[in-house]
Amino acid sequence: MSGTKKETGFTFTIDGIEVTAYAGQTVMEAADEAGVYIPRLCDHEGLRHQGSCRVCTVKAGGRSVAACTQPAAPGQAVENETPHLNKMRRDLVEMLFHEGNHLCPICEASGNCELQAMAYRLDMTETTRFPYLEPCRALDASHPDIALDTNRCISCGRCIRASEDVDGKGVFGYVGRGIHRRVAVNGENLADTDAQVTDHAISSEVCPVGCIIRKRVGFVTPIGEREFDKGLIGHEIEERRK
Amino acid sequence: MSEPRLIEISPVTRVEGHGKVTIHLDADNQVDEARLHIVEFRGFERFIRGRLMWEVPVIVQRLCGICPVSHHLAAAKAMDMIAGVDQLTPTAEKMRRLMHYGQVMQSHVLHFFHLAAPDLLFGFGAPAEKRNIFEVIKEKPELGRRAILMRKYGQEIIEATAGKKVHGTGAIPGGINRNLPIERRDHFLGSIDEMTEWAQDAVGLARDYTLEHEDLVAEFGSFPSNYMSLVRESDGALDLYHGNLRALSSTGEILFDQVPYSKYHELIVEDVRSWSYMKFPFIRDIGPDNGWYRVGPLARMNTASFIDTPLANAALKELKAVTCGTPNNSTLANHWARMIEVLHCVEKMRELLHDPDLQGTDLIATGDRREEGIGVIEAPRGNLIHHYKVDEHDQVTYCNLIVSTTHNNEGMNRAVKDVAVKHLSGKEQITEGMLNHVEVAIRAYDPCLSCATHALGQMPLQVELFNADGGLLDSRTQCV
Repeated sequence: MSGTKKETGFTFTIDGIEVTAYAGQTVMEAADEAGVYIPRLCDHEGLRHQGSCRVCTVKAGGRSVAACTQPAAPGQAVENETPHLNKMRRDLVEMLFHEGNHLCPICEASGNCELQAMAYRLDMTETTRFPYLEPCRALDASHPDIALDTNRCISCGRCIRASEDVDGKGVFGYVGRGIHRRVAVNGENLADTDAQVTDHAISSEVCPVGCIIRKRVGFVTPIGEREFDKGLIGHEIEERRK
Repeated sequence: MSEPRLIEISPVTRVEGHGKVTIHLDADNQVDEARLHIVEFRGFERFIRGRLMWEVPVIVQRLCGICPVSHHLAAAKAMDMIAGVDQLTPTAEKMRRLMHYGQVMQSHVLHFFHLAAPDLLFGFGAPAEKRNIFEVIKEKPELGRRAILMRKYGQEIIEATAGKKVHGTGAIPGGINRNLPIERRDHFLGSIDEMTEWAQDAVGLARDYTLEHEDLVAEFGSFPSNYMSLVRESDGALDLYHGNLRALSSTGEILFDQVPYSKYHELIVEDVRSWSYMKFPFIRDIGPDNGWYRVGPLARMNTASFIDTPLANAALKELKAVTCGTPNNSTLANHWARMIEVLHCVEKMRELLHDPDLQGTDLIATGDRREEGIGVIEAPRGNLIHHYKVDEHDQVTYCNLIVSTTHNNEGMNRAVKDVAVKHLSGKEQITEGMLNHVEVAIRAYDPCLSCATHALGQMPLQVELFNADGGLLDSRTQCV
């Protein structure tokens, strides 16, 4: 959450760029305001920070830290866009593709998907090195207005936080441990929950991929007008510096 | 006397998808049996089950990279029915039609100039290294230039209506997701006169080839058959996007007419044979022996009462005059028919581009939900049927696809045997050029074997000659 701004802040640097921050702000919050984009997947504006995807890993004081949870500190020198960090991020994203069943050519989230957009930004263009796990996951279409295709879930937990903290419901939660941890619904299926299509957790901005689907609106947005047809993920933050 | 032999052409080249031909020669080198085998299995009808209905037009178009628009639109029409929409908004219908005409144009141009032209220009028995589009461009640079630019025009129409040249997302259940901006319209109108002139020249080229090679065209892979296509509901005119089913016998007798395509399963049955992944459809009332039929450009010229665009209709009259108005049974006449359709598409695109409905903003209609939907369209290669059932959760529970190449399965097999008998029987030495004759007969149907089996990759042509004991006598390999 954003910290309370004080009259006067302090400065630190990200890749040599001087950034102003205020007490209580994270590195990512200060960077966003200054127009410096730090890649992220599990973090989302308006939701509490979780620091689980590690795509926002930066180097601060020689340590690797999650920018979304790391408090900004005066005089700190943060490294963000370095070849080493971007390779690490690309590896993480690549593994996310391998853990699920991400068929971009037929996915209605294509062009609006943050995972796909992050792969483009991180230049994930080479032949993959990891074996696909090809998990067997069923599509839950039991709800009249919402479908859940967990083949595409990256376990970012944004839906869990949105449902608990914004909607006050707890429709979603984690089950399992380690590599088996995944997002599940609080019931036999989605129809058993009190999920509604108007919930913040169901909104297209919360799920970064095509897992939570609002029924009967797929492909309504034409190619060319989708979110990431306009530019690379993070471009709207970077435009603040121009 | 030699021993019986098996000749295998695998895969067949300059067609879309994977297939092979086997030709069995008896001890006297006479063709005993000849078959076109479709050797790939893809399984779209099965794995589409469980997916959500609005995903279907986007998923099933992945059947093909040449005619994805046909599958996209046939599936969208089926989903319209499920969404309870019987009448699209004018903008939606006209945008879809424009997309389809662009698709038919680019696919036909690809086939005629890039795939078939090497055979027609250099001869069926020309050296294999000569039979490709690059040699066509070297020999006839202007023809090659037009081929590329005409295909580009069609592809750009698709991009403007579907968002991408291949595998777009334009059609959605109940409508379309975009209109055509004025600047795009003006871009296309800027070269429509040139496209019309080039399409007329292409018709002239195909017509002249057909008439100048009258004897060859009359006998090469030709045989009587039934024909089926959609025709326009009101007057039986050629309609590539929508209409009712009409079928004719080889002599022009009406077998059925103006039957709504939602009743296709009452008219057509699919037979299965153990040696091919492609089914063999036939007209139920006539039976499998005589009820098989052909679809595609020539079939449409045979079934259509007329064409509602003047230049293409004049060209149709010329084609029909060759057989005095009765159905044309010459397989090679498909090329002429194909170019007439290119001209028709260009004329229709001109009409549409002048229609202000394309700039309309009412894109999607709604209706009362149904459980079943059937969408039929005239794809470049012929009639295309998509049939789905969807449950109350919006998930597909049933899918049946009958694609153009499947309709033509029996016809292609007969053409293969006809050409094999005429050109291979009694020959001691089988040359690569002779085998190409067989492929020419298949190519005339412009088959899409990927669509028909619902395969991708390199298609090196491998021909192997075996003796009766299965011993390899000779082998030739050629890359496409």
